[in-house]
Amino acid sequence: MKRRSFLKSSAIVSGAFMMPAFLKPLEAMAMSELSGYKNLVIIQLSGGNDGLNTIIPYGNDIYYQKRNTIAINKTDIVTLNDMQGLNPNLSALKEIYDQGWMNIINSVGYPNPDRSHFRSMDIWQTGSDANQFLTTGWIGRYLDSNCQNSYSAIEVDDTLSLAMKGAKMKGIAVQDPNKLYQTTREPFFKDLVHDHNNVDLNEDNLGYLYKTMIETYSSADYIQNTSKTYKVTADYPATPFANQLKTVSKFINSGLKTRVYYVSLSGFDTHVGQQNQQGRQLKIYGDGVAAFIKDLKQSGKLDDTLVMTFSEFGRRVEQNASNGTDHGTANNILIYGGKLTKPGIYNEAPDLATLDNGDLKYQVDFRDVYATLLDKWLNVNNSQILTRNFAGLNFV
Amino acid sequence: MNNARNIKHLYARAGFGIRFEDLHDHENWSANKAVRKLFKASADSHPITILTENIDLRPQANKTDEEKIRIQEERNTQDKALNLAWITQLSTTDAQLREKMTLFWHNHFACNIGNAYYEQQLNNIERENALGNFKTLLLQVSQSPGMLQFLNNQQNQKGHPNENFARELMELFTIGRGNYTEHDVKESARAFTGWAYDGKTGDYIFRPKVHDDNPKTFMGQTGNFCGEDIVEIIFSHKKTAEFISTKLYRYLVNDVPDAEHISQMTNVFYKSNYEIKPLLEFVFQSNWFYDDKNIGNLVKSPVEFLTGLNRQFYITYQNPDVLMQFQRTLGQLLFRPPNVAGWPGGKSWIDSSSLMYRMKMSSIILNAGVIDFTGKVDPGDEAYLASVRKQQMNVIKRVQAQPNWDKFLKEIPDDTSKIQIAEFMLEPKLNQAVIAEVNQATDIKDTIIQIVSTPEYQLC
Repeated sequence: MKRRSFLKSSAIVSGAFMMPAFLKPLEAMAMSELSGYKNLVIIQLSGGNDGLNTIIPYGNDIYYQKRNTIAINKTDIVTLNDMQGLNPNLSALKEIYDQGWMNIINSVGYPNPDRSHFRSMDIWQTGSDANQFLTTGWIGRYLDSNCQNSYSAIEVDDTLSLAMKGAKMKGIAVQDPNKLYQTTREPFFKDLVHDHNNVDLNEDNLGYLYKTMIETYSSADYIQNTSKTYKVTADYPATPFANQLKTVSKFINSGLKTRVYYVSLSGFDTHVGQQNQQGRQLKIYGDGVAAFIKDLKQSGKLDDTLVMTFSEFGRRVEQNASNGTDHGTANNILIYGGKLTKPGIYNEAPDLATLDNGDLKYQVDFRDVYATLLDKWLNVNNSQILTRNFAGLNFV
Repeated sequence: MNNARNIKHLYARAGFGIRFEDLHDHENWSANKAVRKLFKASADSHPITILTENIDLRPQANKTDEEKIRIQEERNTQDKALNLAWITQLSTTDAQLREKMTLFWHNHFACNIGNAYYEQQLNNIERENALGNFKTLLLQVSQSPGMLQFLNNQQNQKGHPNENFARELMELFTIGRGNYTEHDVKESARAFTGWAYDGKTGDYIFRPKVHDDNPKTFMGQTGNFCGEDIVEIIFSHKKTAEFISTKLYRYLVNDVPDAEHISQMTNVFYKSNYEIKPLLEFVFQSNWFYDDKNIGNLVKSPVEFLTGLNRQFYITYQNPDVLMQFQRTLGQLLFRPPNVAGWPGGKSWIDSSSLMYRMKMSSIILNAGVIDFTGKVDPGDEAYLASVRKQQMNVIKRVQAQPNWDKFLKEIPDDTSKIQIAEFMLEPKLNQAVIAEVNQATDIKDTIIQIVSTPEYQLC
């Protein structure tokens, strides 16, 4: 073969040729292995989503008394039972709910709740107690104890959340697998990686940079070459959030050996003019998730997938004077999947009468939800990952 | 005595790095003299004045859809103009220290609103007071329309307090977590009722009618407190000086806090009644500031990275829009912090994608994306390099950046070796791999492109 035509053809199939020698050969799972490989998709609603205007306790008069200007009209609510119903902007989820693919867990929180966005988000992401400061995330610790590769946990975003960072292992942030892959092709970088690959790296920032670079190399290659084999054909709304879920669908359906996916949607800090702002975000959320769940059902992956949505806190039961709500405490968690043992509303609606200083009292510790996911879905003993053993729930 | 390493370190932290000619000029200065010169160069504050109209103050008559779209476009134009005005000022100013500290306060008082005029005003408050008094700075920031709007104090009214500002004031701006209670948040929110800005003029006003003038109990004291009283009480606690000192230590010295050094800083700051200049002088004149472990171990923020590169190579941009694209890609778009806590900084700048983009960014700006490579190349690499070369014209068309190579190269003294150039451009000590790469490179320009495309270049 002439040199020029060789270059031409190798450029076309560059992926295979450019596999650096130091990388372990990584293969996508054979199709037979595919079924039964369980994925967890975590959706974070940032800013403190108002759970009471998401899953609305319309059967409770206190809801209407405490929220004269921002309560959702009974006639607009998509009712689920005679107590609770969906915000009308979540109407796309009704079908998912009716199919038995959705769980609503009410009043989830933790003792001595913190009302700071950052602190409470840290608590949720690390799985700590309110007075305990952990520097690793709960998924990160799962990676530490059970996984060998950073692509075992993928955040579809440009940056990586604390939840995904362990002491030894970290997940990988991938907004666009091809873009990430292309940046790793640079021969100069490959040489630097090669020179450092077997060196003991320091714990300082420079060591951290080299370590990140080396991990990126092995993961970017694998993710790109595996995920490009599958094209998502289902329709998704044209929002960045839905697009992220579409990327997750591509990853799952292409057979990536990834256990955990992480996606975020922000804009829920609704101190002022809540109805419009939250309504917009909920519509983006509901339409995106409904498309994603239907897509997974279509491709036969819904039974192997569990989706969990959380926010760092709920909001005060009583609205403020600016048609908004201030930072509160307990909130609902939404779970989706094809294999739910007790679909629908999992536990009692929040108690609006017995409040703690104007805030909901939590009934379910969020770490019991995590424990369920770890024990029954990811098959790892939750006490290895969480700060102690939690009993867990029965939704899967 | 040749003090080059220390001077270079000082300029990397108190500014955005030093140029060859300046180092040559200053390398015999003592640290104290260099610090004096840095302050002198930053004595004056040059506000950004690119925006002259506050779009929100226009009469709000019924608007057609076309008018709404046009106003949105004007807003976008203003956003862009403001961003570029600041990144240009950062890249060209002689007042490096003032801009570096303005960037610190920009992150400390993170504010993200849809009004560029108010953002410009807040930015100028931060610049004006960047080296002044922290309490004055805090009060001016808190009473600026941008912050009143961002933290909803506009809606904080007697009978229905909105706690957003009161909470962030303590948690993020002054004393830090663990030093106040939920009760303190609720009570101080009442004290700040009535702090607002006039929707017609954008000026700060105090609205007595919505101010709660009943007694409040705050941090153990009871009184008929107004907002200024609350600030006084917070500042009387030394923890406030410690909180700011810790944050500054992590910005200027090391992201692993050193309790002893921070305690020294806290004393200086508290005793001077929160004057910023003496605190900075103390840091830059401390021996520990020049310890090995404090050199070349801070991750540059994306803006520090771009600013440093622009300054070092005298880069001009024919299409300044790309500067915003670069900021966005690297994860730090000025005036658009992710939330009230600002950008977390340090290691969090670096993850898989951002590291790769950053390492590629220098060559994209300086050399059409080409990192010429003389090491062992396999066939796949050749294909890649061929495609990069094919893309060169496109990259040049997109980026339209003009480094002044002649000026840059002329400043390098003739007898400087390639390794010495690398030692100058990179703050961390060189490791064997980088030395090998640099030694292999044949062309001076290729060498420099390689140097600024290393992980080491991400540190300062």
